[in-house]
Amino acid sequence: MSSNTQSWGSRVGLILAMAGNAVGLGNFLRFPVQAVKNGGGAFLIPYLVSFLVLGIPLLWIEWASGRFGGTKGDHSAPFIMNSMGKRSYWKYLGVFGIFTNIAVAAYYTYIESWTFSYVFHSIAQTFTGMSQTEVAQFFTSYVDIGQSTTGLPYEAIWFYILVLGLNTWILSKGLEGGIEKVAKIGMPLLIVFGAFLAVRAFMLGSSGAPAGCAECDAMLGFNFLWNPQFDSLSNPNVWLAAAGQIFFTLSVGMGTIHCYAAYVKSKDDIALNSMAAGWMNGFVEIVLGGSIVIPIAVGYLGLDWVKENAGFAMAFQTMPFLFTKWGAVLGSVAGVMWFGLLFFAGITSSLAMGSPWVAFMQDEFKFSLKTSAWTFGLVTLLAGLPTVFFYQQGVFDQYDYWAGTVGLVFFALVEAILFAWIWGIDKGWEEINRGADIVLPKIYKPVLKYVTPLILLVIFTMSLVTPKGNDWSAAVRDGWKFDASSIIGQIQNVDIAHNREAFADIFVAEVDGVADVQSVEGKTTIRLVQTTGEATTYQWDQEDAQPVVTTGQVVRAGDQIAAGSFVNPIFYRHLARGMLIALFAFIAGMVYVAYRRRMQALN
Amino acid sequence: MMLVTEILVTAVTVYFFVKVLRTPPKIEPDSFTENDSE
Repeated sequence: MSSNTQSWGSRVGLILAMAGNAVGLGNFLRFPVQAVKNGGGAFLIPYLVSFLVLGIPLLWIEWASGRFGGTKGDHSAPFIMNSMGKRSYWKYLGVFGIFTNIAVAAYYTYIESWTFSYVFHSIAQTFTGMSQTEVAQFFTSYVDIGQSTTGLPYEAIWFYILVLGLNTWILSKGLEGGIEKVAKIGMPLLIVFGAFLAVRAFMLGSSGAPAGCAECDAMLGFNFLWNPQFDSLSNPNVWLAAAGQIFFTLSVGMGTIHCYAAYVKSKDDIALNSMAAGWMNGFVEIVLGGSIVIPIAVGYLGLDWVKENAGFAMAFQTMPFLFTKWGAVLGSVAGVMWFGLLFFAGITSSLAMGSPWVAFMQDEFKFSLKTSAWTFGLVTLLAGLPTVFFYQQGVFDQYDYWAGTVGLVFFALVEAILFAWIWGIDKGWEEINRGADIVLPKIYKPVLKYVTPLILLVIFTMSLVTPKGNDWSAAVRDGWKFDASSIIGQIQNVDIAHNREAFADIFVAEVDGVADVQSVEGKTTIRLVQTTGEATTYQWDQEDAQPVVTTGQVVRAGDQIAAGSFVNPIFYRHLARGMLIALFAFIAGMVYVAYRRRMQALN
Repeated sequence: MMLVTEILVTAVTVYFFVKVLRTPPKIEPDSFTENDSE
């Protein structure tokens, strides 16, 4: 029996912690970009439908599974699923409920450390007087660990360790004394900061428009984001994007909700609590997240610029520059609020990611809370350092793809099948309704059994075999080629046609284009400008990297463009995947040892 | 569209949160230890 006797201090604390788990960087950075790219206001329709048929059922599945596990003394996914599924493989499928958290926390805390660092840079008014290009370059320098923006050597690493250490320390204080306290402070502050910036965006109008820019108007940004393009509703990719956003935003398919819910008392409500937390996340995402980045950027830079550049990097490369236009003091305050709200959004989520590991170590190995928390810090640091050292080489993206995208969908599919088909929908429905403070619509029983698992199966299958360019009809007509974003395409590295060796003496162009040879900060750089105007840039740190083409030369894909000692991107992909496989195997091994200990204790 | 959605989402959020605040706690004694014994 577990010696883990933690519990939540209050119901509001639990809901704020659960909402904090769900509210993350994606609410402010991913949602508006997805909405812009998928039909503006019409994106909201598939988004809300996905919330109803995918999000809410998954929330109930995870809350109910977690609370059920808690009654058995299990607070992490492997043994929660073990007690629901009986067959021995369920606990190994449950490994995803710890693995995904560690792997995501490994790079997520790195982003969190950027926000933390940028709060200080905002206070110090570092960005005052910088041009837009200089602010963007500042970020590039920051994540290039060889450079320092403050004079502190390896600054990005120290900030990463500091933030990971802070997470670990808070986790060591437990649910009530650590996580709940942070949620009670962080969530209200996040909403206040977000509301301030959203109101400022509403009031901005065209007051920030540079001369000659007729479309620099924040209201155009709102219109663009909210203007329905109903024809996009017939596009399956829009529905897939909406369903994907629901995953990320609710933090389902991770195992964090299982863990938090495992500390809910067996007769206490989960139905109303899950709705309160889920809708709070929706409020932050739709009302606040949709009202900051895009409108403010359109207000200063215009609609065309935003359409071309909307993306995650805007938070760090564009927003600090725009805040400087509000004057020294207000700009500094806005910077603190923006990066402060991102920091609170991040830390309330990363604390949730740490909880399953901490609970597992307490439950199975009788570690103290403090020791469990520090082992989380150590494992996450070891898993995360490659993402810091090799951020620009793509290790970060690999973690995000395999753990933060594929892992979520796979685990959600597994848990939905377990809940509705193996454990049984009757038992599951009864568990959701036990102690409920609201009456749940009965329609959700068949939704939980048929609709949610089916949608998850479709999403997973489509992710597995996504055709090139997301063009399904062309794939059926002309033969199936996998897109680089598909799971099979990723495994086959289909986007790398030529430089497929980890180490090589020559580097070959992957695309056609006209060469533009430069030396940027001492690094050999070759840009290949394609006929579409898009440019592919290759840059090497190695001193012996020498171009074998000249500026203006027409290059074909497959032509050699440089000579030297190259470590190709495929090496870093293999490194990242190897790290993730090793992490999964390590946790699965721990689960095996824990299982053996349980068996020995019974004998 | 924007105002309707924002008002709707805000209203639902406030409704659930207020319902949480106004629902009295369950009176029967409960504890983690009891959960374990079930």
